[in-house]
Amino acid sequence: MPETIHVTVNGACIAVPSGATALAAILSTGASAVRRSVSGGPRGPLCGMGVCFECRATVNRRRYARTCQILCSPGMDISTDVSDEPPDYV
Amino acid sequence: MSSSSHTFDVLVVGAGPAGIAAACSAAEGGARVALLDNNPRIGGQIWRGQSQSHAANPDARKWFEKFAAAHIEFLPSTEVIDHLENGHVVVHRIDGQRVGAQSIDELPEEVHELAYKKLILCTGARELFLPFPGWTLPNVMGAGGLQALVKSGLLVSGKKVVVAGSGPLLLAVAAHLREHGADVRLVAEQAPWPRVARFAMSLLLQKTKLAQAFEIKRQLSGVPYKTNCWPVRANGNGENAKLESVTLRSGSRTWQERCDYLACGFHLVPNTELAALLRCELRAGFVRVDDSQQTSVRDVFCAGEPTSIGGVDLAIVEGQIAGYAAVGQSASAAKLLPQKRRLDRFAVLLRETFALREELRSAVDSETIVCRCEDVKFGRVRQHSSWRAAKLHTRCGMGPCQGRICGPATQFFFGWKADSVRPPVFAASMQSLAVAVAVQTEEHLMSHEESR
Ligand SMILES: Cc1cc2nc3c(=O)[nH]c(=O)nc-3n(C[C@H](O)[C@H](O)[C@H](O)COP(=O)(O)OP(=O)(O)OC[C@H]3O[C@@H](n4cnc5c(N)ncnc54)[C@H](O)[C@@H]3O)c2cc1C
Ligand code: FES
Repeated sequence: MPETIHVTVNGACIAVPSGATALAAILSTGASAVRRSVSGGPRGPLCGMGVCFECRATVNRRRYARTCQILCSPGMDISTDVSDEPPDYV
Repeated sequence: MSSSSHTFDVLVVGAGPAGIAAACSAAEGGARVALLDNNPRIGGQIWRGQSQSHAANPDARKWFEKFAAAHIEFLPSTEVIDHLENGHVVVHRIDGQRVGAQSIDELPEEVHELAYKKLILCTGARELFLPFPGWTLPNVMGAGGLQALVKSGLLVSGKKVVVAGSGPLLLAVAAHLREHGADVRLVAEQAPWPRVARFAMSLLLQKTKLAQAFEIKRQLSGVPYKTNCWPVRANGNGENAKLESVTLRSGSRTWQERCDYLACGFHLVPNTELAALLRCELRAGFVRVDDSQQTSVRDVFCAGEPTSIGGVDLAIVEGQIAGYAAVGQSASAAKLLPQKRRLDRFAVLLRETFALREELRSAVDSETIVCRCEDVKFGRVRQHSSWRAAKLHTRCGMGPCQGRICGPATQFFFGWKADSVRPPVFAASMQSLAVAVAVQTEEHLMSHEESR
């Protein structure tokens, strides 16, 4: 059996199997959308491999993290409910 | 700027089958080899989520074992974002950690430059996504996309899934989802039956591929596989736009199929952005290489999907050839050439079989979003005559994916070619860029000093 680790998604503590991505943790809460698009539509992951950026969220206060490429680590703080104003990206 | 600890004889970008084979082959003779990937683990797309101890596939196990036994430095979650003139690339960690491998410990910055003598690009491919009304609803994903999510922890047990689009990947994905308890309602392949049948017949002549095909067929027993069939609309409901069904078309017939997930991809597009940034010559969208996988740029090799979409076996052989050639073992490389030539034929067959039908262009309407990053609709994009003009006037392709999703789609719809790539090849933070600029300036000054 895989061991379990605990992470926080939008303030709630949840358990995920080790090896799960931050995206899997978000979706395990029952959500299917991860962000709102520039015109406000709900969006979920598309490519699953780090190219589309549709799964982006804030991970450990780092914005625009591609959650499909990041493994959960104990105590990781993931939040999807912040504004989608671009940070200082080009 | 580059201390010797960050200088590699061979630097391999991308740790899929091609990159693993390239790194292992290059390391055989004792060269200092580093392999980096933006994923936390090696494996690429097909071997994602597998490991040496948990490799279902014997080929995967063999290469994971070889990799573990070889002296290769692996840099996980590390992405190449830029290239500097004199044999350096700029990399960053995508998870905010520090760049690191066994020997370099942790580099002090989140962004760093690595020096190479030979560079091997094994950046793989992504899925082709074609817009149709409703494709932006949550739970409409790539076929390989949903598979990747399941490999990394998403539970689909009992969920209704329709798999649609084109290519052999659809079947592999459907089998994988079924293995994880999904209720796969239908696999819809846009290619016509006679072509798919010819493809299937040719597999009969290839032992390894045939075994794969039979295994998939066993796993898919009872799931309808419909050729000549493609999605025209994804239908959602409620404030959260929950996906409820997909409208499919086959000939003149149109109907709805209920589903919790629509897994939809129209075969693959090579990841050539980094090669283009390095000014490697592309031909018909692929990186041009010679018999030793050498690109048009000195010291830069390329292997796997960026040179042609031909499946895992071809990716491995190309990787081996590139690895040997990069360390000057040309005899070992040449020995593999006949095998590569045989597998090349499979790439041609794939392309012919799964060529996209015209009708896929008519599913979109003017309200369909084409650029998901900037929410640019088809009606606006259509008013322009080139990718560049559309970008300038509508911001299509200007978001964080940098046109990786909408670029190939507009190429399909309008025949546009995406313009030249500008660094960073992946969206990077201002801090990353500041470092890259500083490094470049410093090098520029140094080369001035030297030339004086
Ligand atoms: C989503 C998806 C799922 C697939 N599933 C299957 C399957 O189930 N069965 C099957 O037979 N075939 C599958 N394929 C096809 C498969 O990719 C090929 O057959 C083969 O594995 C290609 O190997 P590769 O080494 O060329 O590329 P890949 O396996 O794609 O490896 C390329 C690697 O490079 C990394 N990379 C790219 N750019 C950078 C950069 N700038 N910096 C750092 N890292 C980078 C990528 O993240 C990736 O890990 C799939 C393809 C896709 C796109
Ligand atoms: S789902 Fe596309 S980047 Fe994560």
